[in-house]
Amino acid sequence: MSDTSQLISPSSNPYSSEHASVRAELSEIDASIRTASVFFVVSAIGWLMIGTVFALMAAFKAHQPDFLGAYDFLTFGRVRSAHLNAMALGWGNNIIFAVGLWIMARLCRSPIQHKGLLLIAGVFWNIGLTVGIVGILRGDMTSVEWLEIPQYATPMLVVAYALIAVWGIMAFRFRKGEHVYVSQWYILAGLFWFPWLYVVAQAVIIWFPARGVVQSVANWWFAHNVLGLWLTPMALATAYYLIPKVLGRPIYSYYLSVLGFWALAIFYNWAGVHHLIGGPIPVWLISAGIVASIMMVIPVIVVAINHHMTVVGLHREVWRSPTLRFIVFGAISYTLVSLIGSTMALRSVSEVTHFTHFTIGHAHHGVYAFFTMIMFGGVYYMMPRLLKREWPSAGLIKLHFWGCALGITVMVVALQTGGWIQGMEMNNPEIPFLEVVQNTIPWLKARSVSGIFLTVGHIAFAVNFFWMLFAAGAVRAKQEPTLLTREGGVA
Amino acid sequence: MRNMAVLFCGIFFALAFSFTGLIVTGNIQLGAFEPSTEALVPSDQDPSVMVMPEGDTLYPLKLSGIAEQGKKVYIGLGCLYCHSQQVRRQGFGADIERGWGPRQTVARDYVRQDRVLLGTIRTGPDLAHVGGRYAGDAGRDWNHLHLYNPQIVSKGSTMPPFAFLYNKQEIINEPSPNALVFPPNSEYAPESGYEIVPSRRAEALVEYLLSLKIDYSLPEAPIPE
Repeated sequence: MSDTSQLISPSSNPYSSEHASVRAELSEIDASIRTASVFFVVSAIGWLMIGTVFALMAAFKAHQPDFLGAYDFLTFGRVRSAHLNAMALGWGNNIIFAVGLWIMARLCRSPIQHKGLLLIAGVFWNIGLTVGIVGILRGDMTSVEWLEIPQYATPMLVVAYALIAVWGIMAFRFRKGEHVYVSQWYILAGLFWFPWLYVVAQAVIIWFPARGVVQSVANWWFAHNVLGLWLTPMALATAYYLIPKVLGRPIYSYYLSVLGFWALAIFYNWAGVHHLIGGPIPVWLISAGIVASIMMVIPVIVVAINHHMTVVGLHREVWRSPTLRFIVFGAISYTLVSLIGSTMALRSVSEVTHFTHFTIGHAHHGVYAFFTMIMFGGVYYMMPRLLKREWPSAGLIKLHFWGCALGITVMVVALQTGGWIQGMEMNNPEIPFLEVVQNTIPWLKARSVSGIFLTVGHIAFAVNFFWMLFAAGAVRAKQEPTLLTREGGVA
Repeated sequence: MRNMAVLFCGIFFALAFSFTGLIVTGNIQLGAFEPSTEALVPSDQDPSVMVMPEGDTLYPLKLSGIAEQGKKVYIGLGCLYCHSQQVRRQGFGADIERGWGPRQTVARDYVRQDRVLLGTIRTGPDLAHVGGRYAGDAGRDWNHLHLYNPQIVSKGSTMPPFAFLYNKQEIINEPSPNALVFPPNSEYAPESGYEIVPSRRAEALVEYLLSLKIDYSLPEAPIPE
């Protein structure tokens, strides 16, 4: 520990203070949100496992079409939609409620006042979602991408969301201290953007359908922004909070973080129309979406520089810390996936990649390799603070990391290589369509293999988590932080 | 960042910007679109104004009742997650060369739809014109066999079988008129004395698929001669 301790100097960041009084305050805040956060993490992991089962079924069906083919509730269209919603609204939203609200309360130095209400709202969110996913499997889904939950379940989700998000806003309203850190902007903005997107999309597509393809524009305005204005800000907030926290080094540049935030806020929300390139909507709308997609290079590069300069020279510490190993993997993925995404928005590239598995690979690159990996890192940091005990097994954390890191890499490479070939062949009318389909099968099989890697990672994570939660005496007695390499350091 | 008013306004206006630009403006531009005749003619009163000729059919056509029910089946099964319903223009992709439609689809093609199913993936082929590609009784038979098990007519396809939309029943006296007619020696045919008949859902779904046709021009998108 001695050779790195000079790096952990008391920084200018008041929230990583060495002072006992500050730590006591944080401890009080942690206690105020403990029950709710643990509930959200348990729910998130539950949905992650359910979503994984649906994912494996859908992946196998893609190259083995008669697999579980005898039941209409397990047909491909329903299973993949159950997978998407379990992952996005079950895993994604629950883990955001857990980690995002916790970071918000800590940075605002404001305990959650009515933790009982937060918990009840959380229970309702998960009931609403269960009703929705069962509805999808029963055949009540809407077939609107990212909005498959049937109409009878969505009002409950909206109300539950409002009653959860309000505690993040209240924490911000009653914050202490002058300074507002970049993570707080991202979380505040995300908490506000998500319901706006969701309610508008529900209104103009499901409840009061707009005329014709206006629905499609609203659909992709919403669906792309779920990633851009909800998952992305929350993951970036987590990275911005935890990278300096673990390394004990302030973020490289305040100004770059301001620029990154506003550039994302302004450009990202126009970009979604690129999903309709070549489609039957006015060309100017598509062009606006393409311009915004290219402009996204600015916030992405800015965040990449800011994060990179913060960790530069501390790569061993990053590799040693469970939190940072995941978060840095996620941050690097953010840069990669965003730059690929900007490229895909070009008409000439979209002509090939649109309608292929390339896009599926891209979606998993964003939601998994970036968002999910960062959130795993957040859970590794948060749980020891909430439960006052350490992760039982470093080996399981490593298994989790390698299962997920290898799995998602294989998946993205397979789907994007296979998708590109599929797109090139589909644009060549000399090649019969069935041959195009046949040529995707090896890549889809590789995707199924990657799914097995991911499943192993998820099981390792779940076992370690529940081992910690229902800890035996040996886990409770563990004094040292759980690190991934032998030398000393910080977790 | 100390000025909270700027932060709040920024967060609000960032999304208000695209909401106005994409959703509100999009709705202003397209929200009043109506079906049209295939071509426009100069008005009698003022030859510089183009109008729809009296009495001509307005396109796109309204779906029949059974096709509308079939669309619900299509939605509930999630067909959208492998099949798009949009034809890209000549020269952008190979949609028209593949015979997925005689012309590109435009916004007006979708104005009668309460749920627009453009789709974003083509694991299977585009279906905007599937009713034109497999038309009439032959098309109906093809679609039923294909839904019952795609391997019968499309060997090597990765489309799942939708056999759960069909019932196997014993033939009493003579075969039902709507029983599936399998190719000779098909390994998917039921044992002798039995037949496969479509359920109401299968009938409706196939009627919906048969109704998907781009066999009409629109003033802004004529079918090339």
